[in-house]
Amino acid sequence: METVWFVLVALMLVGYAVLDGFDLGAGVLHLLAARTDAERRLLLESIGPVWDGNEVWLLAAGGTLFYAFPLLYASSFSGFYLPLHMVVWLLVFRAIGIEFRTRLDTRVWCDFFDGAFSLASILLIVVFGAALGNVMRGVSLGPDHYFFAPLWTNFQPGADPGVLDWYTVLCGVVTLVATTVHGALYVAMKTEGPLNARMRSAVQWLWPVLVVLSAVAVPVTVFVRAQLLDNYRAVAAGWLIPILVAAGLAGILYFTRARQERNAFLSSCLYVAATLGGAAFALYPTLLPSSGNPANAITIRNAAAGSHSLSMGLVWWGAGMAIACGYVIVVYSMFKGKVQAGYGEHG
Amino acid sequence: MDDALFVHRIHFAFTVTYHYLFPQLTMGLALLIVALKTLALRTRNPAYDDAARFWTRIFGINFLAGVVTGIPMEFQFGTNWARFSQLTGGVIGEPLAMEGVFSFFLESTFLGMFLFGEKRLGRIGHWWAAFLVFAGSWLSGFFIVAADAWMQHPTTYSRLPDGSFQVTSLWGVLANHWAWLQYIHTMSGAVVTGAFVMAAVGAFYVLSGRHDQCGRIFVRCGVIAGLIASAFQIFPSGDLHGRYVAQNQPATTAAMEELFHSQAGAPVVIMGQPDVERQRIDNPIAVNDALSFLIYGTTKAEVAGLDRFPKRDWPTNIPLLYFSYHVMAGLGTLFVALMLTAGLLLWRGSLFRTRWALWCLMLSFPFPYIANTAGWMTAEIGRQPWLVYGLVRTADGFSSNVSAANGLFTLLGYMGLYTLLSALFCSSSTARLKKARHPSRPPLREALRWKPFGSFWSH
Repeated sequence: METVWFVLVALMLVGYAVLDGFDLGAGVLHLLAARTDAERRLLLESIGPVWDGNEVWLLAAGGTLFYAFPLLYASSFSGFYLPLHMVVWLLVFRAIGIEFRTRLDTRVWCDFFDGAFSLASILLIVVFGAALGNVMRGVSLGPDHYFFAPLWTNFQPGADPGVLDWYTVLCGVVTLVATTVHGALYVAMKTEGPLNARMRSAVQWLWPVLVVLSAVAVPVTVFVRAQLLDNYRAVAAGWLIPILVAAGLAGILYFTRARQERNAFLSSCLYVAATLGGAAFALYPTLLPSSGNPANAITIRNAAAGSHSLSMGLVWWGAGMAIACGYVIVVYSMFKGKVQAGYGEHG
Repeated sequence: MDDALFVHRIHFAFTVTYHYLFPQLTMGLALLIVALKTLALRTRNPAYDDAARFWTRIFGINFLAGVVTGIPMEFQFGTNWARFSQLTGGVIGEPLAMEGVFSFFLESTFLGMFLFGEKRLGRIGHWWAAFLVFAGSWLSGFFIVAADAWMQHPTTYSRLPDGSFQVTSLWGVLANHWAWLQYIHTMSGAVVTGAFVMAAVGAFYVLSGRHDQCGRIFVRCGVIAGLIASAFQIFPSGDLHGRYVAQNQPATTAAMEELFHSQAGAPVVIMGQPDVERQRIDNPIAVNDALSFLIYGTTKAEVAGLDRFPKRDWPTNIPLLYFSYHVMAGLGTLFVALMLTAGLLLWRGSLFRTRWALWCLMLSFPFPYIANTAGWMTAEIGRQPWLVYGLVRTADGFSSNVSAANGLFTLLGYMGLYTLLSALFCSSSTARLKKARHPSRPPLREALRWKPFGSFWSH
């Protein structure tokens, strides 16, 4: 039962990363690659109807985590106290940037809102990446499974690490590049003209960087926590995951060159999902490793809610998520096709 | 400010109080907009469509502010109240996860269609979008109230060996009597806010001679809904809820009413300043026997006073509890009086000539916010010193690994962020009020949001 919920929570987080990932990535490119007001509007239009729905995946995943693994929710949220509240602030800033840009019709303030949206997106991606790094590396859990992570200590992933060290910063950078590529592919798929061309060239520039960073990140992760290879040693089928990651990477470049934008974006989805899936597979059954005594680690067994709660929850959760996936399909099929420039002015 | 428990309590209190300023209007307006759209469908009077359209714009801004201030609430259970979350996640986590899975997806999907899809969806389709947003927001409210109600009145749970709780019946958590009583009271409170705001904007337009037709619809709709909701708020919902509190949290009722000594024929002290140390009320204005009658239906009945309970189980801030409760109840009574007067004038057909009544309506919109806030303060301060009534003390629930300084740091951060949000919210909603119904140029946002859907519908 705990394993089922581990998979479900992981799936929700993957869903969040794939969906909100592209609108976060679009935020990175908002200031850099969309240069005129019309292009920025076009970019916002491409994520307009879906971004808040994408963010709901984070909230729903948070709620599910609270319900299924109360100890993990309690320990990690209080332990990563400062970064989590900063995530909330950034989420608020980002929403302000998107929504108020068009509600207050003042040109001067547009720059402020553009900046808020873009900067908040960049920082959020880096923080999420660093968060993943923290979960892979482990934190200094006490015997009661609690901890409090300072923002940084000596930048070394040792026994008493901070939230930021060279490894988690590396994770943040990898995530930033991967998410930017993801966002660029999405915006390219949704737009035409110079914005589309700029997005495709951004992908081609960033692709080698992403390949190098991904290739570096894997051995470095094993160097930081060798136990992460255990599951791959035990289950040979696990090696399919890195193959999928590589296939996703190859697909991004191939389909971008072939101008099959939809397939390129789907390759990127595969890359994001497989990378996170690989991380979850490596961690299982641990939820949050301990950087000191391994007995203090939070696992699916010591963190799960009562089995009666969990088996009952499967029924309503399954029904609810089936409906939710239905909504997602409806929204995205309504939202098919390219966004046309200039509609904002004349419609 | 170096006491971690105190900082974490203020942290939650501040963020949740600020947050609830928005959902109460969201939930109240959602119902009123559905009512306006139903009227538009049935009467085929386009003025109702205009009225609904006006409030849809306000609704959008308000909804957004509710969403962004709601995110910190879900995080804070873990960040600031970790021990509580660990103990009760198996129960509280359930309605909260259900809210995410059932309400948030529903709302976020149909909100876009509701805000920007009127032309494309057609009249019936758009009515459904409005209805589903209404349903989503009221469902969301129910899950939150159900979580709170379990903390107020825990039912159908069992405890695991490590002390943590798990539900024995999900239905029990959702069908908790307390949840339903609190839910109808909370929801009609939200309708009171929506109705007062609508009437106030209408009164402003009528008084200033702008958009007179729309203004009159707002006033009429606001007064009728406000009268029904504020009357319902006192009887039966407030009455039932109050009696249920008296049965299940007698110490809370004693503190709310400032009844230090158990007595038959207990009075209701309408005004006064409690002096907890000397166990008396200064400057009291009391109605004898009234409390016994309200709780037990007879003036002779004995009501338990605070002397019946050990001091460690008394609510921790008795004067604040007393004032919150009396502000709520006093304002609630005034709302009925105001709406009854306005309703009579409306019925007689003279409301729109009676300028003083319109002035009263216009100026009264902040008070439902105060009353709703005071009501929640009564519920949550009244539950003290418990987090889960009778089972988990507040002092045992906060994140002991997060120091007071860290809590204070993020509290100050939220204060700054919410100041910015308030400024943006006020400036964009006043901009909306000024524009009222001048659809000469469609709002940029409509084009922005809707255009992609357009490509779907036109192909």
